[in-house]
Amino acid sequence: MEYEERPAGPPERVKRHRLSTRIWHWTNVVAVFVMLMSGLMIFNAHPRLYWGQYGANTDPAWLEIGSTETRGYLRVGALQVTTTGLLGRWTDPDGNVRRRAFPHWATIPSSYSLSAGRRWHLAFAWLFAVGLVAYLIASLINRHAWRDLTPRRDELRPGALWHEAKQHARLRFPTGEAALRYNSLQKLSYFGVIFILLPVIILTGLTMSPAMDAAWPWLLDLFGGRQSARSIHFIAAFLLVLFILVHLAMVLLAGPVNEIRSMITGWYRVPQARAKEPRS
Amino acid sequence: MITRRHLLVGAAGLLLPGCDRLNRSDTFRDGLRAFETLNLKAQRLITSRTALAREYSPEDISPYFRPNGNVTPGTDEYRLMAEGGFASWRLTVDGLVRRPLSLSVAELVDMPRRSQITRHDCVEGWSAIGKWTGVPLARLLDLAGLGERARYIVFHCMDRFGARPYYESIDLVDAYHPQTILAYGLNDRRLPIPNGAPLRLRVERQLGYKHAKYLARIEAVASLEGIYGGRGGYWEDSNDYEWYAGI
Repeated sequence: MEYEERPAGPPERVKRHRLSTRIWHWTNVVAVFVMLMSGLMIFNAHPRLYWGQYGANTDPAWLEIGSTETRGYLRVGALQVTTTGLLGRWTDPDGNVRRRAFPHWATIPSSYSLSAGRRWHLAFAWLFAVGLVAYLIASLINRHAWRDLTPRRDELRPGALWHEAKQHARLRFPTGEAALRYNSLQKLSYFGVIFILLPVIILTGLTMSPAMDAAWPWLLDLFGGRQSARSIHFIAAFLLVLFILVHLAMVLLAGPVNEIRSMITGWYRVPQARAKEPRS
Repeated sequence: MITRRHLLVGAAGLLLPGCDRLNRSDTFRDGLRAFETLNLKAQRLITSRTALAREYSPEDISPYFRPNGNVTPGTDEYRLMAEGGFASWRLTVDGLVRRPLSLSVAELVDMPRRSQITRHDCVEGWSAIGKWTGVPLARLLDLAGLGERARYIVFHCMDRFGARPYYESIDLVDAYHPQTILAYGLNDRRLPIPNGAPLRLRVERQLGYKHAKYLARIEAVASLEGIYGGRGGYWEDSNDYEWYAGI
């Protein structure tokens, strides 16, 4: 390797995100927002989840959001928690008590309409799926996937991960050279979301389509049946929400202006190490 | 001072009613509806005409097959027919056909039959597996001699929602699909009343509401315009559900 002569220390500003990454990020902000909320509307039509090929009201559900005359509840397996006001039984903006699973502020549209929720969901699904496929192709060709997102073997050592987790917990973010690349936890999360979670969400969504099951019967075998696919679809969407919450928290903690600007213009101001600490 | 929290709450406050406003806009709804056609074309592109829905084994059958929608047409006429074992019921096949038919249950049962254990997927999200026995629709259309201008098959039903009769329609790709049958049997017994006795449609690559129950008449047409609301089905007309329910 040749060493170029260059000023000491890392650059002040770098082009951090490619155009393909930036476009995909912002189309996903729209697509995922709509998909999640219209998805909750669709869930409200039958707020029970099953494992296996079939499942309807008289079959055992592993998850259920329901209501009694006085309260709303969420049941997962044998565990039941009261969720009145949030899930199962809540009050809409006009003061009417509604006995639907997810509340008005979490669904598209805000008042119950399965057909409208489906129209939104099945239209924006194209933006979501075509976006992912285009991004995957682009990031394989420009080697972004391999260079920036795939964790190296030494980054996956338990010691290295533990060190990274401690740094995160102390809110110590990398500076200088180290801030130019993703750390191991970032790589693991982005890799997991882009290459596992998002494809699983799309494929389980397709498995719920009776026409897709005729076209690609392996979908049913891959996920263990249509009702299992529906359950996995819901769990994966829940994990995606967790990822988004952590992602937003990290953006806020790491400096929202710099982070958001880098995702709009591509340019990222490299955090510099604090002035040398006096050491004795 | 505007805090981050204000911004977030403000953004949510703008976005959510924004979605509701978009949802009420006819232009936007038409835009969303265009994706129904895209879904149909894309699925037809990757699926062969005769690709079969999964057929299950007897162990996979749901212990109870949940009926949905109307569980009886509820009219006196229907009640009398049911009491007589549907001996007085006839299925009419007409419209753009060369030889209109009028068939009794006994005549349908005497025709070549197909049995299939398939999964019924409701648009709401649940599924039930049952064994259906009936006459392939293609067989009836061949008997009646489908006219050249025919593009859709409309299924007229005996049940109603309020004043509106239930009806459904499919195109010829689904009408001639080998698993598209007119079922008179469920799980080796005569079709129960809640599931659509005496005869219902099975169109296995689409969602449940396409599977019209309580059939009275099958009509071959060139266009869906002018039939009730013109969108090809009761739920399509009344609640803007998709005519193509393959997903």
